[in-house]
Amino acid sequence: VCIHRVRSCSSVRFIKSKYVCVFDKSAVKFSHQQRLFRTSAVSCGQIVQFKLSDIGEGITEVTVKEWYIKEGDSVSQFDSICEVQSDKASVTITSRYDGIIRKLHYNLDEIAYVGKPLVDIEIDASKGVAPEEDVVETPPMSHEEHTHQEIKGHKTLATPAVRRLAMENNIKLSEVVGTGKDNRILKEDILNYLAKQTGAILPPSPKAEIIPPLPKSDTVPAAAKDKARRIPVPVSRPVVFSGKDKTEPVTGFQKAMVKTMSAALKIPHFGYCDEIDLTQLVQLREELKHLAQTRGVKLSFMPFFIKAASLGLLQYPILNASLDESCQNITYKSSHNIGVAMDTEQGLIVPNVKNVQVCSVFEIACELNRLQSLGSAGQLGTNDLTGGTFTLSNIGTLGGTYTKPVILPPEVAIGALGKIQVLPRFNGKGEVFKAQIMNVSWSADHRVIDGATMARFSNLWKSYLENPASMLLDLK
Amino acid sequence: MVLQSSLKNCLQLSSVLRTPKAGFRSTTSGGLIIQSISNDVYQNLAVEDWIHDHMNLENQQVLFLWRNSPAVVIGRHQNPWQECNLRLLRQKNIKLARRRSGGGTVYHDLGNINLTFFTSRKKYERMENLKLVVKALKALRPQLDVHVTDRYDILLDGQYKISGTAAKLGRTTAYHHCTLLYDADKFVLSSVLRSPYKGLKSNATPSVPASVKNLFEEDPSLTCEMLLDAIVEEYAMQHQIDHHITLINPADETVLPGITNKTKELQTWEWVYGKTPKFSISTCFNMAYKDSILDIKVDLDVKHGRIELCNIDLPEQWLPPALCSELVKSLTGSKFCPNETTALAATLLRVCPQDDELHSRWNLLCENMIMLM
Repeated sequence: VCIHRVRSCSSVRFIKSKYVCVFDKSAVKFSHQQRLFRTSAVSCGQIVQFKLSDIGEGITEVTVKEWYIKEGDSVSQFDSICEVQSDKASVTITSRYDGIIRKLHYNLDEIAYVGKPLVDIEIDASKGVAPEEDVVETPPMSHEEHTHQEIKGHKTLATPAVRRLAMENNIKLSEVVGTGKDNRILKEDILNYLAKQTGAILPPSPKAEIIPPLPKSDTVPAAAKDKARRIPVPVSRPVVFSGKDKTEPVTGFQKAMVKTMSAALKIPHFGYCDEIDLTQLVQLREELKHLAQTRGVKLSFMPFFIKAASLGLLQYPILNASLDESCQNITYKSSHNIGVAMDTEQGLIVPNVKNVQVCSVFEIACELNRLQSLGSAGQLGTNDLTGGTFTLSNIGTLGGTYTKPVILPPEVAIGALGKIQVLPRFNGKGEVFKAQIMNVSWSADHRVIDGATMARFSNLWKSYLENPASMLLDLK
Repeated sequence: MVLQSSLKNCLQLSSVLRTPKAGFRSTTSGGLIIQSISNDVYQNLAVEDWIHDHMNLENQQVLFLWRNSPAVVIGRHQNPWQECNLRLLRQKNIKLARRRSGGGTVYHDLGNINLTFFTSRKKYERMENLKLVVKALKALRPQLDVHVTDRYDILLDGQYKISGTAAKLGRTTAYHHCTLLYDADKFVLSSVLRSPYKGLKSNATPSVPASVKNLFEEDPSLTCEMLLDAIVEEYAMQHQIDHHITLINPADETVLPGITNKTKELQTWEWVYGKTPKFSISTCFNMAYKDSILDIKVDLDVKHGRIELCNIDLPEQWLPPALCSELVKSLTGSKFCPNETTALAATLLRVCPQDDELHSRWNLLCENMIMLM
C-alpha cells in the first residue's frame, strides 16, 4: 500500500473518506464543532475525593508504601493507584473512577486512614460518579484486558479504552454491534457506528495520520491507466499503533563501555583476515574430549586457539604490548593474559586467562571452565576482569564468518573467530574433500603494528592449528 | 498478546482441574485444593499471582500447597540488604525472591511447607485459616502444644515460631499465605537471615527475628506427607469438599495462560532489587594497603536499587582526584549490584593511565565498595 502525503501534491481533490481517530489514555482534546463530540476539556471536571475503603479485619489505618501514579496522571477504573501495608498484609488500592489524579493526600510511609480521602480524582462532569458495579475480577494493571460490563442488564464486552470512547461520544454500548470475538466491541465498531450516524469526516488525531491513497488519475502513468482502473480501491483499515518510544539514561556498565569504546576508536585499526582449515584439530579434540571429561573438564576449541596465540606472541611480542597515552613508549608485556570475550546478561565482559605462556592446554581449559561458570553466575571478580594483554573473541558460537573487531584498550590487537563450517576444499592432489573451515579476523593498532607483522603472526597461529602436531615442538 | 477474558480463564482452569470424581456437593461452599509439582520459588509465586489475577473466587475458595528449594523470600516492601546476607546467598546459590504480600523475610527449603488460602476479598480472614492449621496439627498429634498468637504466628511450646504469615489484598480477591517448618535447615536459616551490612538507614518494613523450631524435632515420626494430609483433610471437611489434591505444573501455559510472563517478572532485577524503598548507607571501613591501614568513609543513597548519590572519602592523593571523581560519577545512576560494579570498574580501568600501582589501588578500592553490595 502506497501512502502519499497529501501536502506534496498540488492538485488534489478531497475525497469523502474515512480518517481515523486514535483515542488513548492521554485525553485528546477536540476543538471540533460537531455536536456529537464533547470537548474533554480539563477545566469542567468534577473533583471527587476517593476515600480509602475498608481493608477488613477491623483495620483502621495503613501505611502508604508505593504510589503507582502521580498528580496529573490520568487513570481508568480498576487501574492500580497505590500499595498500602497493614500488619503483614499488602493491599493494592485500585481506582473506582476514570479521570485525572489531582491530589495525593499522603506521602510515602505516611499513615493513611480508612474512610478518609486517599486521592482526589477529577472526572468528567457529564459522566457523574460511576456506580459501584459488581464486575468480574480483572488484573489491575493491564489495560488490554477485556472486562465485562453490566449495561442495562446484559453483559457487553469491551476494553476500558473502548468504553471511554463510547462514553465520550454518548454512545450506548448496547446499541453497538460488536464484531470481535464473543461479540466483543472493538474500537472499529464504535467508529463505524459514529460514521453511520453522521456521515462526517472525522478530523485526524495528532497521533496517527492516515492519508487515503490519491485518486488514480494523478498517480498512475497514462499507459497503465486502463489496467489501473480495474484495481479496486484499497479499503483504508484503521491503523492503530499506540507504541511509545522509551528513553532511559545510560548508566553503570553501559556508561563505562561508552567511554572505553570511544577511546578504542581513536586507535587507527587495520584488519587482516584469513581462513583456517581445522579438520585435523577437530579430530584431535574429538579424541581428547573424553580424556578431559574424565578429569572433570569440558574441552572446547578455545584452549587450543589461546595456546597457539601465546606461542605466536612469543615470536611477535609487539602484539602483546601496550602503547602509553602520549604514544611515547611501548611496553612489551611479559605475561600473556589472554582475554576471552564473554556474552553475559550485562553485555560484553572480557575475563582473561593469566600467564598462558606457562600453562598447558589442559590448564587453560580448566581456567576457562572456571571463568565461564563464574561469568554465568555473575560472580567474576575484578582480578579476572583486569590485566588482559591480548583478546580473542569467539563470536562464531553465535554465528558469523568475518567480522571487524574493535581493539580493547590498552591492548594493541584482537582476533575474532567465526563459526566452523564444513566446506569443500582441494587437497594437495587436486581432489575435493570435506574441510572444517573457520574464518579469523584480526584487528591491530597501526601506530605500532604493521601489516606484515600481523600477517606473519596469523600465519604462524594458523600453522599451529592446521597441523596441531607442530605445536608439540614449540610447547614450553 | 491479548489474554482471554478472566471468566474464560477461570473456566479453563476449573474444567481442567475438576476431575470427574470430584463431585462437589454444593457450589456455594466450593473449594479447590491444588499442589505445585515445582520447587522453584519464582514459579510458585507466579501461580499465586495467576490465581489472584484470574480466578473468580466469589463461589469457591482455593488452598494452594507448595514447597521450594532453598530460597530467601522477602516481603513486598522490604530491603534485601537489611534482611539477609546477600553475599552468602550468592555463594551458596540460594535464590532471592520478593513476594507481593507484605510481612517479613523467611527462609524456605524443602523442609518448609507453604500454604496459601485464596478467598474473595470479603471472605479474607487470617485467624480462621491459622486456626484450621492448628486444628489439623492437633488432630494429627493431640499432644502437640501449638497455638496462634495475635501476631498471626504459630508457636510451638509457647516459644518457638513454626509459622509466619503474610497477606495480599486486591480489588476482589485476597490471599493469606503462611509457612510451616517441619524439617528446615535451621543453621542455614539463621546464617542467611543475618545481614552483615552496616550503616543502613531505611523505612522498609523490618523483620522481627524469632527463635524457630522444626516440628520434626518435636516429633520425629512426623513426615511432610502426614502434615499435608492432615491440613488437606481439615480444609476439605470445613469446606465440605472431597479430600482431593489436584497437581498443577507452574510451567504449563495451556492451563495457566500468561504464567511464564509472571514467572519472568518475579525474577527481574527491577522487581527483586529495584522495588526496594529508598535507603541510605553511611559507613566506614579499613583498607589494608602495603604497610598502611587506610580509613575510608562512604555515603550512598540508593533509590529503586540504583545509586542516586555517592560520596567516597579517601585519604588525600591516595588516588588521583580525577580518577576518584570518575569512579563516583560512574557509580551514580548505576545499579547497587556487585556484578554491575565489578564490570564497570574493570572496564573503566582500560582508559586509566597504565600504572600497576594505580591499578592495584583502584582494584582494592572497588573490591571494598563491592563488599557493601
